[in-house]
Amino acid sequence: MLLFLARKTLGMLVTALCLTLIVFFLTNLSPNLEKLAKSELGARITDDEVASWLDKNGYAQPTLVRYGEWLGVLPGWTRDNDGEFTGRCIDGKADAETAASASRFCGVVQGDWGESSVFKRDVGEVVSRALKLTGKLMLCVMLVMVPGALIVGVLAGMREGSRLDRSLSTLSILTTATPEYVSGVVLVAIFASSAVGLKWLNGSATSAMDNITIANFTLPVLTIALYGMGYIARMTRASMTEVMTAQYIRTARLKGVSFYNVVMKHALRNALIAPFTVIMLQFPWLLNGVVIVETLFNYKGFGWTLVQAASNNDIELLLAVSVVSVFVVLISQLISDIGYVFLNPRIRIT
Amino acid sequence: MIDQDYDGPILEIDKLSISFFTRLREIPAVMDFSGKIMPGEALGLVGESGCGKSTVALGVMQDLGVNGRIVGGSIKFKGQELTTMSPDKLREIRGSQIAMIYQEPMASLNPAMKIGKQLAEVPMIHDGITEKEAMQRAFEVVTDVKLPDPKRMLNSYPHQLSGGQQQRIVIAMALMSKPALLILDEPTTALDVTVEAAVVELVKDLGKKYGTSMLFISHNLGLVLETCDRINVMYSGEAVERGSIEEVFDHMRHPYTQALFRSIPLPGADKNARPLIAIPGNFPLPHERPEGCNFGPRCDYFEAGRCDAGFIPMAQVEGNDRHQTRCLRFQEIDWKAPINVGEIKEKPEPGPVVLKMDNLKKYYEVAANALLGGGDKKVVKANETLSFEARESETLAIVGESGCGKSTFAKVLMGLETATDGQILLDNQSIGDVPIENRSTSNVADIQMVFQNPFDTLNPSMTVGRQIMRALEIFRIGKNDDARRQRMLELLDLVKLPRAFADRMPRQLSGGQKQRVGIARAFAGDARIVVADEPVSALDVSVQAAVTDLLMEIQREQKTTLLFISHDLSIVRYLSDRVMVMYLGHVVELGSTDQVFAPPYHPYTEALLSAVPIADTSVTKKHIVLEGDIPSAMNPPTGCPFQTRCRWKSQVAGNKCETEVPKQQIMAQRHQIKCHLGAEDFASMEPVITIAAE
Amino acid sequence: MEPLTWTGTIGTFVNPIFSITAIAFGLAVVAQIVLSFFAPAVTLQANADGTLQQRGGAFGLAEKAVKLLLIANVALILVYLVGGILLPYGDAGIIGAISKRFLPVWIALILTFGVSITFKRRLGLYGKLFDSTVGMIGFALVMFWVFTAVLAGLFDLIATYDPLSQISGLKNKVPGFPVTDERKLGAVPHYLLGGDNLARDVFSRMVYGSTVVISIAPLATLVAFMVGITLGLPAGYFSGRLDTLLTFLSNLILAFPVILLFYLLVTPEIIQTGIPSYMAMILFIFPVVFFVVLLNARFYTQPSKRNPILIGVLAVLGYFYLSTISQPGTVVHFLPAWLDLFDIPGGILVVFVSVVFVNSPTVFRIVRGLTLDLRTRDYVAAAQTRGERPWYIMLWEILPNARGPLIVDFCLRIGYTTILLGTLGFFGLGLPPESPDWGSTINAGRRLLSTYIHPPLAPAGALLTLVLGLNLLADGLREESLKD
Repeated sequence: MLLFLARKTLGMLVTALCLTLIVFFLTNLSPNLEKLAKSELGARITDDEVASWLDKNGYAQPTLVRYGEWLGVLPGWTRDNDGEFTGRCIDGKADAETAASASRFCGVVQGDWGESSVFKRDVGEVVSRALKLTGKLMLCVMLVMVPGALIVGVLAGMREGSRLDRSLSTLSILTTATPEYVSGVVLVAIFASSAVGLKWLNGSATSAMDNITIANFTLPVLTIALYGMGYIARMTRASMTEVMTAQYIRTARLKGVSFYNVVMKHALRNALIAPFTVIMLQFPWLLNGVVIVETLFNYKGFGWTLVQAASNNDIELLLAVSVVSVFVVLISQLISDIGYVFLNPRIRIT
Repeated sequence: MIDQDYDGPILEIDKLSISFFTRLREIPAVMDFSGKIMPGEALGLVGESGCGKSTVALGVMQDLGVNGRIVGGSIKFKGQELTTMSPDKLREIRGSQIAMIYQEPMASLNPAMKIGKQLAEVPMIHDGITEKEAMQRAFEVVTDVKLPDPKRMLNSYPHQLSGGQQQRIVIAMALMSKPALLILDEPTTALDVTVEAAVVELVKDLGKKYGTSMLFISHNLGLVLETCDRINVMYSGEAVERGSIEEVFDHMRHPYTQALFRSIPLPGADKNARPLIAIPGNFPLPHERPEGCNFGPRCDYFEAGRCDAGFIPMAQVEGNDRHQTRCLRFQEIDWKAPINVGEIKEKPEPGPVVLKMDNLKKYYEVAANALLGGGDKKVVKANETLSFEARESETLAIVGESGCGKSTFAKVLMGLETATDGQILLDNQSIGDVPIENRSTSNVADIQMVFQNPFDTLNPSMTVGRQIMRALEIFRIGKNDDARRQRMLELLDLVKLPRAFADRMPRQLSGGQKQRVGIARAFAGDARIVVADEPVSALDVSVQAAVTDLLMEIQREQKTTLLFISHDLSIVRYLSDRVMVMYLGHVVELGSTDQVFAPPYHPYTEALLSAVPIADTSVTKKHIVLEGDIPSAMNPPTGCPFQTRCRWKSQVAGNKCETEVPKQQIMAQRHQIKCHLGAEDFASMEPVITIAAE
Repeated sequence: MEPLTWTGTIGTFVNPIFSITAIAFGLAVVAQIVLSFFAPAVTLQANADGTLQQRGGAFGLAEKAVKLLLIANVALILVYLVGGILLPYGDAGIIGAISKRFLPVWIALILTFGVSITFKRRLGLYGKLFDSTVGMIGFALVMFWVFTAVLAGLFDLIATYDPLSQISGLKNKVPGFPVTDERKLGAVPHYLLGGDNLARDVFSRMVYGSTVVISIAPLATLVAFMVGITLGLPAGYFSGRLDTLLTFLSNLILAFPVILLFYLLVTPEIIQTGIPSYMAMILFIFPVVFFVVLLNARFYTQPSKRNPILIGVLAVLGYFYLSTISQPGTVVHFLPAWLDLFDIPGGILVVFVSVVFVNSPTVFRIVRGLTLDLRTRDYVAAAQTRGERPWYIMLWEILPNARGPLIVDFCLRIGYTTILLGTLGFFGLGLPPESPDWGSTINAGRRLLSTYIHPPLAPAGALLTLVLGLNLLADGLREESLKD
């Protein structure tokens, strides 16, 4: 088991390194850097000025070297401008003494994520605040979505072809066909718009950042949950119908087990193996939903931060955001692998 | 509650009809089926696939699914009508009074539940006892079905057991509540022959011990003979004949029963004197059944205007009050008439040696733990020093159960794998280490293969003609498409398929027809050596004979060397010239057919011969049941591969069997046995099969 | 001009009936589901005379009611639609007017269904689709938008106004608002679904939006399939190192949150560096490779037949390929204008490439899994034992037998691609902001959602029905392909 975990973690690290390298490369392409220089100094600077600004701020080095610095495995750059020292690990300008005493490495490994150029604050701080907010949202989504989807799926799948099955299946298909930006708009139009007059709920979740109420949090949670729910419910239903036609269910039935017990004792565990993996692999998609919903409802969580970072080419923030999201995806894959092993006795790791 | 002291018939089925309803039409699956099982009696239900025998069982269980309905007749269990019983009452009977055992043991056990729990569930539901008592009962029953280490068994998951052990668990589960009726639906089809023999033995013993009545469903007449008292033969949804085993086996009164017996190879059968006679035509599809007698179109005794006039009832055969047949003409037919053999075709003498194996070895390296990868490598010895030669127009049978290495051997011969050591000589040219992509076109065309599974052997999305033409293209036969098409049509003629089949898709063909196309494809490049990997084992009995005959006929005409891989000794005895018996990668016995089927035997051959059920009342068999399962090829025993199950082991001094791999002993001309036994032991062996003089 | 009401004069009679039947239908469905929990288990029993016992009681009653009410509802909806076509303009309200505008689509749909159902037994899997109600509904929804896209895009039918031109005074006006400016009058004198915040016709923008979606989504999915198949087949067939490498790469892409990937790929700065153009070069070569290998594997034993076929196919596909990747204004521009077959308008190529890029790893995984399963079949072994080359086995023995699941996934994936396109539009990525595609329109409309709900609802409904149709179609196909 430990060996299995070690191998998985190693694979995860390699993937994360590759992905951050790609993100680093894409965000540090010369047009992006040029745009950054112009946003710092004004749009009307000459190419020479751009070049000298980039040089001064350490952007002129080869991409791989700077990636190493960002990671914290290569020493950060320093620069001596006639006694005034600047550098990756030095805040602003400093004299020789401070510069010498500053640490040589400052990157992700050391816990230094750099500074956000949009929010003018430490990236670590921005991201962790955003993550906390998104965490709350995701928790609510999970609490609504997973039990809901499983119940719908199991109910639909236990008697294939019944009216209940058909009604629930139609409902699931409908929600999977409704992306968040459609369902969000429709829900807001129905429940929050002044034009219709229902006005039961809030069309914005900004106030939920401090104080969660039913009025300001229902719509965002529902919007994300609905889309994922249909998908998971369909998977559960497919898995359930397959299990219900399995030979061992017939065995159980012909042993005299009642229908309720056939479903609860014999079918359920086997039927949940497949959806469990699906739920875990659903995380990358949920992230998508989070970005859309946070933008739509103006909830300043992780997704909103991602959009801000990406649209303003905030390199350091964007890198941190991608690292976090990649890890979320990879960890959910890891959990799904481990959980699969526990749910399915046929696979045992010695 | 069901009366416990009831002493009438346990099960009484009267004029039962079952149909399945699809959106388009009603499909009758069982029509006018009657039968009776007395306490302690075993009734065999025999028929080919699709004849409705499993549907009868499910009808008794009242578990026909959403589409199935009983449309007529009655089923009485201990005098109580099952067809109108309420679901709650039914549930009470299921598992406690009637239990069922299925074909696929792996599929019928819940993969995510420990075996102990699955067993204990039965008495907990029906007898309302505590889990502890139930577990105690489970322990007893598992001991009863002769499983080693019952404690550990109860604590394992199904996948940790071998196929034979799983089937024993299923049997144990059925016996947990000591049912009055046990329904067995092809309980041994998925098992190896020697394991099957042990399971059948167990079922028979337990049936006696618990006094259970049995409904035994099988396509294998031999098995039914061994297990049952009475038999009911089904054809296309109807029972065509029923009676006691002796009556039906020796004095059959329905043409279908007769045809069935004539199409299976029996020990007395000889391919020249009494060849197999295939039943002409095909099994009718449920919605295309003929008017009148269902068997009419395939029957030798068919009389137009009478047999196809209308419904035919069961008729009493006089002389025995429980022997009935669904035939209008049974009193007119001369049942003793000799079989019309037709012209006897002489088989050409074997020619020069075409193929020679010399100390062939094939080892695989596999990772010890597949899930993690890496780690220790393990060597699996799939084939160990294989040596033999095959001559022109000779049939060499390769016999063995799963894991004996016959498929690996075929792969090496075909060039899909290369040999680890040793040589394969084709016309004195070494091909053992030449992978197929480096072989010349003529070499590839010379060695071809016929596969086991008819539903898998043809590409489902290409027409039959196209598939044969592709083989011609690849063997570079024929100048252009027209020439190849002509040749393809000739090949269809060769395998006796109508030329119109060239444009059909494989799904429009029956299993036997597909297998014929597979044969045509193998002979496309005028193959000189054909490896037939269990070519008929997946086919119905009546079709088996036709395909076997076809193979032999083509072999005679083309002077092909046929390597016939099979586990079915009856058919091997019928068609092969020489037999090679394999066990866990070793050739344990090699010799001419007569030599192998008569003493002295290798102990494994002896057990194998005893295990094969034979559908002939005049045959007496020596009873040899092998202990345990076939060891895994990943983890073979030391010394002699067969020592773990050998009943002769005690005859060999010391622990030679456990430490030393035996040498080939030459018994007679070209007859070799790989065994430590001495000459006097071999001399003391008795024949396994004796045929009573008529 | 009077403003139009939703249902016009028909409504005065039909609306009350319709609302009653609709409510009754909803109640009946709920009642039936609730009852199904309490109804006794169904016992299948035949009467003595051979007839089957009817299920009676409250449950059976609810079942009957649902059926009848459903028929009534469908009939009433048809009254609205047919009424709109038959009555003079305006009498049947907005719904009638829209129904009339869609008349060419209705005709095309009826023709398609008529022909298909007549010959359904000869049309293979496509024909079998017409045995499944779900599949037919899905197919109808999809074809509705396909016909709309084609008729509006190529023949300028259906739409009433130009999707980009603004008419003053119609900003954010409600559906059915009359156009007062005589000079700018379009095909009908009203903004059928109102005006958006730039005073453009919402209905026409929705109709033209379908053209954008229908021209990108299926094609992008097709290219993604070619890429996935060309890489997935060898990965599954050979296994080993190649498989490990390709699987790692595909997992790498799959681990990327899609939105992040879009934000990184579809920005003007990245386009300036030419990365999307290089990616297009790589991705679009796959269809060419696919067809060349496919034909070569089949005909290599007969060079006299193969050579002309290959040369022809290579020439056509190669020319298309070169024309596609060579775009003026990007780094890859080498064909002179007179030789360049077509230019893809700015932004679309980038969107196309990134959608293909995001989709191919999933297709790769599916194809790889199917190949792993199918390569153990006996007919594959038969091909191997007659010395077939690997690519023939992959493309002619394995691929055709994987077609069922692949076709189903293809439909689902077009739906997913449509959603992705909408996402791109929603974030204002790739396509120009004035583009009428559904995602961009929803994005533009959501800002004023609290006061004006109609501008984003029309494209939202359109996107919803198209994706729903594709999902239902996939379901129907899956059901029918399993029936064999």
